[in-house]
Amino acid sequence: MKPLSVPERLTKNRFNLDEQESHIEVDQAIAKATGTGKAIVACCPAHVYSEEPDGTISVEYAACLECGTCLAVAAPGALKWHYPRGGFGVQFREG
Amino acid sequence: MTEPAEPDFDVIVIGAGIAGCVAAYQLAQQGRSVLLIERGEAPGSKNLSGGVLYSRGMQQVFPDFLDEAPVERRITRNYINFLNADSSVAIDYKDDRLAEPVNAVTVLRGKLDAWLAAKCEEAGALIMPGVRVDRVLTEDARVVGVQAGDDELRAHVVVAADGVNSFIAQDAGLRKKAPLNHLAVGVKSVVSLPRKTIEERFNLTGDEGAAVAAVGDCTGGLGGGGFLYTNIDSLSIGIVVRLDDLTAKKKVVTDVFDHFLEHRFIAPYLEGGELLEYGCHLVAEGGLDMVGEIVMDGMVVVGDAAGLTLNTGLTVRGMDLAVGSAVAAAEAIGDALDQKNTSKAALTAYRDKLFASYVGKDMKTYAKAPGFLEVQRMYKDYGELFANVLYNEFNLDMQPRKHLLKVARESLAHSPVSIRQLVKDGIAGVRAL
Repeated sequence: MKPLSVPERLTKNRFNLDEQESHIEVDQAIAKATGTGKAIVACCPAHVYSEEPDGTISVEYAACLECGTCLAVAAPGALKWHYPRGGFGVQFREG
Repeated sequence: MTEPAEPDFDVIVIGAGIAGCVAAYQLAQQGRSVLLIERGEAPGSKNLSGGVLYSRGMQQVFPDFLDEAPVERRITRNYINFLNADSSVAIDYKDDRLAEPVNAVTVLRGKLDAWLAAKCEEAGALIMPGVRVDRVLTEDARVVGVQAGDDELRAHVVVAADGVNSFIAQDAGLRKKAPLNHLAVGVKSVVSLPRKTIEERFNLTGDEGAAVAAVGDCTGGLGGGGFLYTNIDSLSIGIVVRLDDLTAKKKVVTDVFDHFLEHRFIAPYLEGGELLEYGCHLVAEGGLDMVGEIVMDGMVVVGDAAGLTLNTGLTVRGMDLAVGSAVAAAEAIGDALDQKNTSKAALTAYRDKLFASYVGKDMKTYAKAPGFLEVQRMYKDYGELFANVLYNEFNLDMQPRKHLLKVARESLAHSPVSIRQLVKDGIAGVRAL
């Protein structure tokens, strides 16, 4: 099978994007101080998080597959993460 | 404990996964008024599992489950694989007895959960999709309903079936954040292949199915494993890695998954396939330790939300435990509603029934499994040791042959594993599994 990048994989999924509201918020100072930033970049299967050259963490919330792994590894206060509003986000057809 | 005056429903179930649907179905069958709330656009659309359902419990709830439900294949072949970088040692267990009666089936939750929810609706439950429950409503430390946006809905009992993240149970103070060694992340692709190709590659006929479980190089030596399951005309392939190990070794989870997909002993199975969907899921790996408080005044917690998953090394279970917990919960809630007492004391019957059932018994039997599976040697050294013993047996290099025991001793001497560790892990393994 042809190897696909993560963004290419995500194009196979169906998403209902919530254009008004992100369900993810990073506290940049705590994320940097605790190492949460690098940890959530590495553990997210959807590559929602990326580290910018200045060390801040950017968030592509539209790609989120809603597993909650980032929240599990995040230090207290570093990340606000909840499920998207009802009906929004990834909609698995296979599952 | 006083009952709320006139609630909107007897029971509100949060989450239309397996636990939520089975609980809602059974309560509706009892004649209770049931509201099943699902945050996905439709039931199933937020749900994902590895893919093997041990189906006996489900067949008790739905006697025609195997004929009516959208199951994929009946598992008759279990392939357990120590996978190294350039060698592989496996047990290939095929057994006709696994086909009759059927023991396990592969499922795709997008399809299965839609069917389960339709069953709930037929039984009289009201389904409200596309609604996220934000929190439970409490009065005097008793759960009296749920809040979703500006809407408040009340019930005698709330069933939290909201999955492994269990925000509802955490919010109600029942659960704390789990330690990282009790959590894993699963990453999965569903890859389409023609039915005939799958049957040829896995040596299957008709609706027979195969389940491949691998440890070792499939996770680059991280605690966890790889899986490959056959559906009718697709494969479910994925890895599960423990979060303490992933973060401590600073590995990128998608690199670990790619390494498995591209492994020279795995890639041929996927050859010519097309990706249908890519997903992931947090997995509770703590076993019995993860099951904390699951009952309070006016609420019970079921399924993944209650930490009910079990990894015994050979079998990885969650969905069957979700069924068992939902059955126990529906019985206990029914009794509590009849007695007009839905206090914690009355609903504790759920916990008692759960631990009297196969769910609680198995959770106790395998209570030591998570600790055993944290032994690092499982994920690299043993697979290489087994392959080296076999290599020295099969590699007839014109050197005089040695007895197997001597070969094994010499391989062990060259391995990072000591005899003491081997004996210790052997004993621990026997005790834990």
